[in-house]
This record gives sequence, C-alpha cells and structure tokens, in this order.
Amino acid sequence: MAAPSEEIEIEETQEEIVPEIRPCKPARSNISDIKNKNKRKKLCIELKRKKRTEKIKEKKDRKKEAKRLGDDAPPKKQPHTIESLREKDETMVDDEDDELEQEEATDTFASYFSKSYVPKVLVTCSDNPHTKSIAFIRELCRMIPNSQPMWRKRSSINKMIKRATANGFTDVVIVNEDKRIPNGLLVVHLPEGPTALFRLSNPKLCKEIHRDHKEISGHRPEVILNNFKTRLGRVVARMLGALFHYEPEFKGRRACTFHNQRDYIFFRHHRYEFKNQERVKLREMGPRFTLRLQWLQQGAFEGDYEWALKRHEMETSRRKFFL
Amino acid sequence: MRTAERAFFPAKQWEKVKLSRNFVKALQQIDENLVFWKKYFRQKCRQRLLKITQYLTRMRKIKLGRQKKLIPIKRKVDLRIKRREEKALVAARIDNAIEKQLLQRLKDGTYERIYNFPQEAFSVRVDGKEEESDIEEEELDDKEEEVETDEDVVGELEKEVLEEERREEMDSDDGEEEDDTDEEREFVADFEESDEEDEDLEDAANRMSLSSEEEEDGDSGDNENEGESDLEREQTKISDSPNKKGSLKRSKPPQVIKRRGRARLEVEYEEPETSTKVKITS
Repeated sequence: MAAPSEEIEIEETQEEIVPEIRPCKPARSNISDIKNKNKRKKLCIELKRKKRTEKIKEKKDRKKEAKRLGDDAPPKKQPHTIESLREKDETMVDDEDDELEQEEATDTFASYFSKSYVPKVLVTCSDNPHTKSIAFIRELCRMIPNSQPMWRKRSSINKMIKRATANGFTDVVIVNEDKRIPNGLLVVHLPEGPTALFRLSNPKLCKEIHRDHKEISGHRPEVILNNFKTRLGRVVARMLGALFHYEPEFKGRRACTFHNQRDYIFFRHHRYEFKNQERVKLREMGPRFTLRLQWLQQGAFEGDYEWALKRHEMETSRRKFFL
Repeated sequence: MRTAERAFFPAKQWEKVKLSRNFVKALQQIDENLVFWKKYFRQKCRQRLLKITQYLTRMRKIKLGRQKKLIPIKRKVDLRIKRREEKALVAARIDNAIEKQLLQRLKDGTYERIYNFPQEAFSVRVDGKEEESDIEEEELDDKEEEVETDEDVVGELEKEVLEEERREEMDSDDGEEEDDTDEEREFVADFEESDEEDEDLEDAANRMSLSSEEEEDGDSGDNENEGESDLEREQTKISDSPNKKGSLKRSKPPQVIKRRGRARLEVEYEEPETSTKVKITS
C-alpha cells in the first residue's frame, strides 16, 4: 500500500508546487509603517544594532585585508569633507592655465605684477570712528607697507578717490564702522581698478592676542594667498596682494596671509622661523580678521558689478562657494 | 478751517487756504484767516507751520550731503554666517597651510641666499659659511638659543627684540640640524672653547661629537658613555635645564640608559673634562 500513498503524496506535493495565491501579510517596506510605537522602537533598535555589527565586521575585514596585502592594499578611504564635496565651479582654475595667464597679463593688476610701481595705500575710516576702529586702522597701517592713515572728515568716496589719484595713491582702503567696531572694508584700486566690499568680522588687535605691536619690525612682509581657486577668487587675491609691496624683505621674516576657506578670507600675520627643511615655527602677531566678499565692482566705485552676493540666489546650496 | 455755520454741509465743511511760500507772509495769512478764533488756536497753527518748514529744510539739506545706507541685519542670517565662519576656521587649519606654503617657498628657492640647510647642495654654499654656523652653534650652547639663520642675517635683524623673542619662543631641542660628519672634522673652530684642558685632538674630537650629540639627545638623556660620568652628567643636566622637554623623563632614576639606533662613538676612557664642560654651560 505504500506505492499508492506515495503517489498520492506526490500528487499532493505536485499540487502544492503549483503556485497558489494565498493571502499573506505585505512585506514591511519601512519601520515607520508600523503604528505601534513599542514595536517600532524595538525594531529600530534591532536594526541599528545589526547595522553597527555589520559595520564593525566590515572594518575588521578591511583591516585584515590591508594587513595581508601589505603594500598592495587599497588606499584608506578618506572621509568626505565639505571641500571634497564642493560643487564644481566652471570658473575653477589651476595655477597654470594659458588662458588665465594671458588674461592676467592684461588685467588691471598687470602693472603691479610687472613691478612697475610701488603701491601707496590710503587708509581711512567712516565719519565718526571710535577707539577700536582707530586702533584697527593703526594696525592695518603697520601691516601694509607704505600706507597712510587719514581722518575722513566727511568727504564722499568719489571725491576722495579723485583726490587720492591726484596725490599718487594706488589704493584706498576704507574701514566701515558699526556699533563701535569695524565691520566693513572697502578696497578701491585707484587707477580705474576694481572695487571690492568686504564684511569684516572678528577683528582682533595685537593686544587682544597678547602680543606687543612693538615686536612688529618695519620690514616689508611676504604675502601668502591660500586657496583662491576660482576666477573671481583670483581677482580678489590679486587685489589684496596688490596692497603690499611687490618685493618683500625676507630678512624680516614677516608673512601676511590671506587664507580662503569656504568663501571666508582669514587674515593672519605671522613671524616665521625655519627650524630645518621640514619645520617652520610661526608666531602670530598683529591683527587678525576675517573678510567676506559682498560685491566686486569694475570701476573705482562706479561701473558694473562684476559679482554681487545675492543671498537668495546664491546661498541655496551648502556646497557651493564662489572664491 | 471749519466753521459752525457749515456744519450741516459735511462735504463743504472744510475750507482750505493755501499759504504762501514766504514764511512771514504765511504767518500773516494765518492771522488774517483765523482772526475770530481763539489765540490758542492761532498759536498752535503758527507752531505747526514753523515745524513743517523746519523739517522740510532739514530734509533738503541732508539730501545734498552723503547718506549712509542702513542695511538691516537679519538675526538668523547673521547667526548662520557666524556659525559657518567658525566652522570654516576649524576646517582651514591656517597654521598648517601657512607652514606648507613657506616650506614650499623654501624648496622653490625664493629664500635661496638667506637660509642654508645642511641637506641642501653643498656646492652652493661656501665652506666658510659652514664654519661660521658651526661656531654659532657651539657658542650658543645655552639650550634655549636657536641657531638657524646665518650670522649675517642675525646681524641685520633687530637683534635685541628678536633674540629675546627667540629665547621665549623657541624650543631647546636644537642641534639636530647640524648633525653632519663634516662637523666633526672642523674642530679647529671648536677648540677655542676648550681652552682650559690639555687635550689631544682625538679627545677633543670625541668630546665635541659627544657634546653635539648631547645637545641633540638632550631631551631623552641618552648617553653612550659608561661610568660615573654618565650619572654626573645626567644629574647636572637635570639641574641645568628645567624647562627642557625631556625634563619629565629625566626625573626617573638616571640609571636608565636608553639606546637609540644611531651610530655612536664609544669612548672608552673616563672623562673628567666632560663633566667640567657641562658645569660651564650651566
């Protein structure tokens, strides 16, 4: 009797193999579909734990692999940073670009870089400067060689520009003040050069960094311009660099740095000393402040705006930078 | 002007009289038109006229001069900007970037004539300069001095301020740079220091090499010598330079002699001279 029962069984199994549409619970696509909070919570914790263990396991495996392969091991993965995730800008340039060189040879700063003149800078403030602004201006004058501080005396910028060009100045720097501290910097490059307005923040004078301004020698400083990648950035960098004398006195060992990071330009002033070929020792002195470009105008306080920060259009993405 | 007689014609109640531009005439007009009103109302009217003319003239004056554009600060936006700036500052690691740039410039040769490092091509330098720098190093045995720049350069800089600075800021683990075998040959210069003792050239050479290595290894307190002079030297060193980096290490019992994997000269005889030398430097 075994045979027929087997047959029956076989038939049955065969029947079962044929796909039957049975009502079953829908697969959970998301934990958040569970309405019961307790269950949801538990599931969530479980899931996290699982993920964590998996991650640790993966890490261990990777380490083992790397050890085994030794030199052949694939390079360690670097974590993402905002700089690495930065949106590619069309205007980003490398240092050596033929087109760039050509353009820079004929732009307004070409004369500075060809060392044809010595920059002479006029530094002023707004109408009613307070102590901190005055001190800041004095410090700036110590930074920038061949600079002259002057009181504003209620002159308009256009008039000031005319008079400055007449007197042979090549740049005008106006420190704007608000609530008794400097908060803006307007840099005008005089012979028909671009104008740039920066918002100044975190100004720190020498004594706030606990340094004596007397330690600053009168030697002409070197200028370091870091991280200016786009075309706009290069223009700004050249502009800031053109405030300083083209030939620094290396024996003074002073370095003024404009470091751009995510559109904030940090200014620092250091004295450096080389310990050997691999190490430098820096001692910060002098003021420090950060700048943020608001707009860049083509003429000397007139003309088209080459670039202006329009918050609603430009600040939509957190990974987009302009300098 | 409103009069009681017209109270029933609301549309025609108010009577407008245009005053002349001339202030005096306008005052007279007021007095004429309000002749039957109380003195108080006339006064108030005149005052009003005066106020209006005053502020109009002030507005015209201001428009002639410069006006500050007031841009309102949106609090949340401002906070966001500040926050991002702080984060950018952290991400910037400015000191590192500056150091990198400076080292790059050094390699590219912008400071060619100013800094001489032993690792660079010897052909560039004149031998005389080497000696000078050696002398410097020996003279400035004081552990807190840094010998990096050339003598010429030092002369040109504002010495007082800078040397003070250097004493403050610089570490005392110098002597590492000029760690060449070339030094050992040029003990002619070094001789001037060790005037008191009668030494052979060999002794002097060994002593010099030892002392230079002493300076280098000062931090870790290594010594190749065996014997009591070791302990003596170490103990004197401890008293010497309390602000050296390795002082913590050397508070341990000085019997621990660590050996580094560097080539060393082994001196087999005792050296009472060395101990005296150490005393001088303290």
